[in-house]
Parts: sequence; structure tokens; C-alpha cells
Amino acid sequence: MRFVLALLAVVLTLVGYADAEEVRAGRVAVPVVKIEKGEACVAPTAEMRRDHMKMLLHQRDRTLRQGIRESRFSLKNCVDCHASRETGSVLGKDGFCSSCHAYASVSIDCFECHTPVRQDRVARAPR
Amino acid sequence: MSPDRRQFLGWGAAVAAGAALAPAFRLIELAQARSPEEAASALQRWGLLIDITKCADCDACVTACHEENGVTGHGRPRTDAQWIRKVSLRDKRTGYAQTLPLMCQHCEHPPCVDVCPTGASFRRDDGIVLVDKHTCIGCRYCVMACPSGARSFVHEAVSGQKPDVPRGQGTVEACTLCVHRVDRGETPACVEACNRDGGKAMVFGDLSDPSAEIYRRLRAEPSTQVRADLALNTGVRYQGL
Repeated sequence: MRFVLALLAVVLTLVGYADAEEVRAGRVAVPVVKIEKGEACVAPTAEMRRDHMKMLLHQRDRTLRQGIRESRFSLKNCVDCHASRETGSVLGKDGFCSSCHAYASVSIDCFECHTPVRQDRVARAPR
Repeated sequence: MSPDRRQFLGWGAAVAAGAALAPAFRLIELAQARSPEEAASALQRWGLLIDITKCADCDACVTACHEENGVTGHGRPRTDAQWIRKVSLRDKRTGYAQTLPLMCQHCEHPPCVDVCPTGASFRRDDGIVLVDKHTCIGCRYCVMACPSGARSFVHEAVSGQKPDVPRGQGTVEACTLCVHRVDRGETPACVEACNRDGGKAMVFGDLSDPSAEIYRRLRAEPSTQVRADLALNTGVRYQGL
């Protein structure tokens, strides 16, 4: 009897673990950070994670208001490297921008106006 | 000749040579294209000269503009965005008909900038009038203020934008004088198309560069501004209007 109870306990524990794993995996989609192109980003990863929005904000005003078009921190440059190889876009389910922003629950307004598609894709797209 | 006198003549010659060469150096400096790291400067003022007598009965400029900037409509002419349009004029008494392209006139004193409550409508140092869509709230005051009706409001969600030309719902937009091309040292798409497929009626250039064709022609030939009575000093000038 004791043996049966012990066996039951072990089985239940295992099932519980499996359940917890499944729930953790299912409830929140973990961001997909897939780097498609290039060896290194324009700044160290930690800095990019924390400050990429500041870089973009600063660059956008310089570009639009003063006409300074450095490619280093430009949104176009981000998209060119980080767009998915399959879809050509940084949005979508596993998109570089959208998957992380969905995970962090931060809305992303850039692509209301800017194209999320890599430049060579835009050029090749049928009209 | 005393040494003093000889020295004095030498200085004179050096000064004369310097004075003769200085404008040439200035022209070289102006002719060079701006590097991407350099800000637009007030030394330049970009403008257009459109000779209506050569303006053919075509819409090459309109097609090229909308193609270049990814301006697509939904088949609703009353609300679709329009960056450049062909306007037909007819003298009622004589029946003489003319057609001309009309777009943002890139004024020196733009009414759209005066009325903008957020500072989104602005004039760049080199004279190009633009909308900062990051701060545009879509109030459309500028649409009402513009005497040439050049601005459009984007009513519907946009997709498939060009990488250089962001466009989005709820903002106002207009001709940018193809600022992304100008910054690369190219001419606007309408001018290129007119010179290729149209009547070769359009000239693009720097209104403050004495070596530019547009400068020389504006100096030597008569030209008019649209609504000159408003004294806006437009960057787009017309001939034969």
C-alpha cells in the first residue's frame, strides 16, 4: 500500500511539473530575438536593449528637421538588418520588433507610418 | 623702381588675384553635394521654375510623384491624398486654355507654419516646407491656411510605404520637394519625369546660387508667383501664367 502511494505521489509530481512547464510556455510568448544579418549591432546589446528608443528619437529629429541622414541610428538601418528572412519584415508573430514589444506590452507606433519591410524587399515587391 | 614700390605692387597683385579667385572657390563650395552628416543650410534655397508654355497636356509629373512617394489612393478623389495636381485654366472671353502642375509652393513665409499649433509644420533651413508627422495631430489648420490647397489629410490606414517616405493615417502631408532625393544630390521625381517624358517645362535648383540655371533664368526672364499678393516669396515660380 505504501509503495502504491509513493508511486502515485511521484507520478502526480511529474505531471504537475509538466503542466507548469506547459502553462509557462503557453501563457506568455517568449520573445524571438533572431538576428538575421551582420556581426554586431551599432552599440553593445545591453545599451541597445535599454536605449534604442532614445537613439531613434534623437536621430529622427535630426533627420527630419536638419536633414542629417546618418545611417547608423536610422530606423531604415534597423529594419535592414533585423527584418525576418522569410517575411522581410520586423513585424508579425516572430518579428524582431513586434515579438519583444508584445512580450513587454509596449505599443510600437513607428510602423503606423514607416514601412516595416526591408528595403530590398520593397524594391522587388510587385507593384 | 625702389624696393618699397616693388613690394607694394606685389601686394597689390596678390590682392587682385585673391579677389579674382575667391568667387570661383565659393562656386566650387556651393556646387558640392552635401554629405549625409551635414545639416541643411540657409545658404541654399531650393526652388522650382515651371514654364507653362512648355507644359504639355500630360500628367507625367503627377504619376512620377505619386510613384516615387508611394502615394496611393482608394479610388475616392474627394479624400485621397494628392501631392501634386494638374490645374486647367481657361480664359472665359478668348477661350485660351492652359494647364499647369500645382503643388506646395515652399514659401519663405508659409501660412501653414504660422497656424500649426504643435510646430509640426515647419520650414527647413534650405527652404523646404515639411510636416513632422511625429508631432502632427491632424487638426488640418494648415490644410485650410494653404493658399494653393497643396496639403492633404490621410483619412485611411496606409500600408506599403516607401522606406524614404513614411505616410500614416491621421496626419497631413504634402509635396516634400522630394527631400530624400534632394539630400542625395538628385532632382525631384516630377522634374526628372517632365524632362524625360513631358514637355521639359520644369527646372529645379538653388535660388541663391548664381551659377544655377534657375537663378540665371529668374534673373533674366519674367516669372510669376501664385498668389503674389500674399507676399509669401514662394520657392516655386511660374512662367507664362
